[in-house]
Amino acid sequence: MIPLEHYLILGAVLFSLSVVGIFLNRKNLVILLMAIELMLLAVNMNFVAFSHYLGDAAGQVFVFFILTVAAAEAAIGLAILVVVFRNRRSINVEDLDTLKG
Amino acid sequence: MFGLSMKTIYLLIPLSPLAGAIIAGLFGWKIGKVGAHVVTILGVTVSFVLSAFVVLPDVLAGHVFNGPVYTWGVSGNIPMEIGFLIDPLSALMMTVVSFVSLMVHIYTIGYMRDDPGYQRFFSYIALFTFSMLILVMSNNFLQLFFGWEAVGVMSYLLIGFWFTRESAIVANLKAFLVNRIGDFGFILGIAAIYYYFGTLDYGAVFAMAPQFTDKVVQVFPGLDWNVLTLIAILLFVGAMGKSAQAPLHVWLPDSMEGPTPISALIHAATMVTAGVFMVARMSPLYELSETALSVVIVIGAVTAISMALLGIVQNDIKRVVAYSTLSQLGYMMVALGASAYAAGIFHLMTHAFFKALLFLAAGSVIIALHHEQDMRKMGGLKKYMPITFITAWIGALALAGIPPFAGFFSKDMIIEAVHLSQVPGSGFAYIAVLSGVFVTALYTFRMLFLTFEGKPRMDEHALRHVKESPWVVTVPLILLAIPSFIIGALMVEPLLFENYFGDSIKVLAAHDVVAQLGRQYEGLWSFVSHALVSAPFLLAVGGIFTAWLLYIRYPHLPDLISKRTRMVYTILVNKYFADEFNNFVFAGGTRIFGRWLWKIGDVKLIDGLAVNGTARVIGWISAVIRHVQSGYVYHYAFAMILGLFLLITFFLHG
Repeated sequence: MIPLEHYLILGAVLFSLSVVGIFLNRKNLVILLMAIELMLLAVNMNFVAFSHYLGDAAGQVFVFFILTVAAAEAAIGLAILVVVFRNRRSINVEDLDTLKG
Repeated sequence: MFGLSMKTIYLLIPLSPLAGAIIAGLFGWKIGKVGAHVVTILGVTVSFVLSAFVVLPDVLAGHVFNGPVYTWGVSGNIPMEIGFLIDPLSALMMTVVSFVSLMVHIYTIGYMRDDPGYQRFFSYIALFTFSMLILVMSNNFLQLFFGWEAVGVMSYLLIGFWFTRESAIVANLKAFLVNRIGDFGFILGIAAIYYYFGTLDYGAVFAMAPQFTDKVVQVFPGLDWNVLTLIAILLFVGAMGKSAQAPLHVWLPDSMEGPTPISALIHAATMVTAGVFMVARMSPLYELSETALSVVIVIGAVTAISMALLGIVQNDIKRVVAYSTLSQLGYMMVALGASAYAAGIFHLMTHAFFKALLFLAAGSVIIALHHEQDMRKMGGLKKYMPITFITAWIGALALAGIPPFAGFFSKDMIIEAVHLSQVPGSGFAYIAVLSGVFVTALYTFRMLFLTFEGKPRMDEHALRHVKESPWVVTVPLILLAIPSFIIGALMVEPLLFENYFGDSIKVLAAHDVVAQLGRQYEGLWSFVSHALVSAPFLLAVGGIFTAWLLYIRYPHLPDLISKRTRMVYTILVNKYFADEFNNFVFAGGTRIFGRWLWKIGDVKLIDGLAVNGTARVIGWISAVIRHVQSGYVYHYAFAMILGLFLLITFFLHG
């Protein structure tokens, strides 16, 4: 039986990887989207682990919701990415600084 | 009286000129010139008749009125009232003011006949009469201040009546500014009265005043002032401005830029005597402060002698009379300082008549010569203008103090009173007023001789048009000449020795020089015959004789004397350089100070440090903070995560 801590550590590692992926990624917008997906999966991991540990199915129900939303979000994100590329001829993160004050 | 209550009559006296002024001022274009002078003269006539024939006899019968007629505002627990104090002092002033005003109104019909501002002029002088009556009838300091400022405004408007002349505009501005200095003291005085007494009502203040004789206040650290002295001197600063006492006299000669009727009414007979009236009205305060009396007598004496000397060297006929007015106001102040309030008011009254007469006579000459005021271009007018000539002689004799003309009695009383006075400074004042008599006679008769005697010095064209002025000019001259002649002899006993003023003037027994004079007084005839061998009379005759010598017998002498005494002459012609001094020290000093405020205060401190400085600091801070706003989504996301961590940490461990 693998103890709860291992799952939580895995979740934390995944989450940290995704944060680093967001922060250090200077090149590609696609990687950014992937990092966000990874972040959601890290959360899912926690949900499933706690659900099993506490014997409560609600956590697993949440995972399905999150997966659905993540799919929709990925679709919208990729659509935005296509539009951005069409408009700016680039998906380089360094170039996307129009929010600058 | 026509079924009117006395209160209604008191109200009618100031309000009827006001009604005339409003009608003439607002509807002058509709009622025309005749309409304008009819309504205003009617208004002033009502005032005069009611003052002289209703109020004055009523007051003489012992009815003193003191009370509010209308409360127009209450602030805290101080009521702001329009109230009247009708006692012998104010009744006398009302009669003199309305009489001289009436004469001037009639005279103006002739003097301003062709002026485009005819209706405006009548409106202004009627409004002035209203303000002056409000001033003298007041029973509280607030209303006094209102009247005080209102006559100042009318004076300003009337000096600048011919507003297209630059000199008139400069003169009225000067008059207003100099009066501001005086009024600053005046309002501080009123504020001090309210602060210490808690009321602005004359009666209440006078009743409380004796309790304050020992109260002191620190004006500057380490310098104790008696409260009453402080109040009296502050009020006197106001009187110095309004009554043109040295060193605030500089506006009065320049005020001669206004039309002559104004010079007669405002700048000789009434407004400039407001200061004298005010000090007499405040006698219960002044009596309690020896220091204040001393200040009054010294300032008055300095004004009396120094301004008289200036009269000798002036060539403008109106300016001679103006300097004479200054000098005579000095005499009145000297009388007040010597606690001879009755003598001061007596001189105020006689002076109002004979000085208005002299101004109007000068105006008559000026009309005849088509607005020529330079005496060097006059001369020999006596055969062309007999009425003006005779009335001017009466005025001059009254001014010089020759018995039995009015000025003799009032001036002699002042000189005698000062002689008896024990106030510090009275010795100096005695010498000043005594030598002033000689100078007064000299400049008065110099003016008279230069104008009416000798050979005509104007050009042919002007001489051909010289003729006596119309009746509207000469009738006021005659009507003013009569009181200038007889009022002194008539009034000297009742006013000074029969306790006419009663309770309206309070004099401490120790100061009461008028009563001392009364004990020596043995009837009119002995007074006059005694005066004929006294110093003032001899000095006056000497002055007239000197004028005769210099300007008729040896007309080339004055030039010679002025050349020999170049330095004295230069100082006198330049009026002691008072204007230059004021320009350099006060105006120049203010300009330098203003420049300093502008360069350092405004440009450097406010603009540089406060306004632009704030902007610069904010700009600099923003320039640093702006780098946080990189525009990269991952920076914002990182900031969010960081913030989240901090928050969670805070909630878990905080």
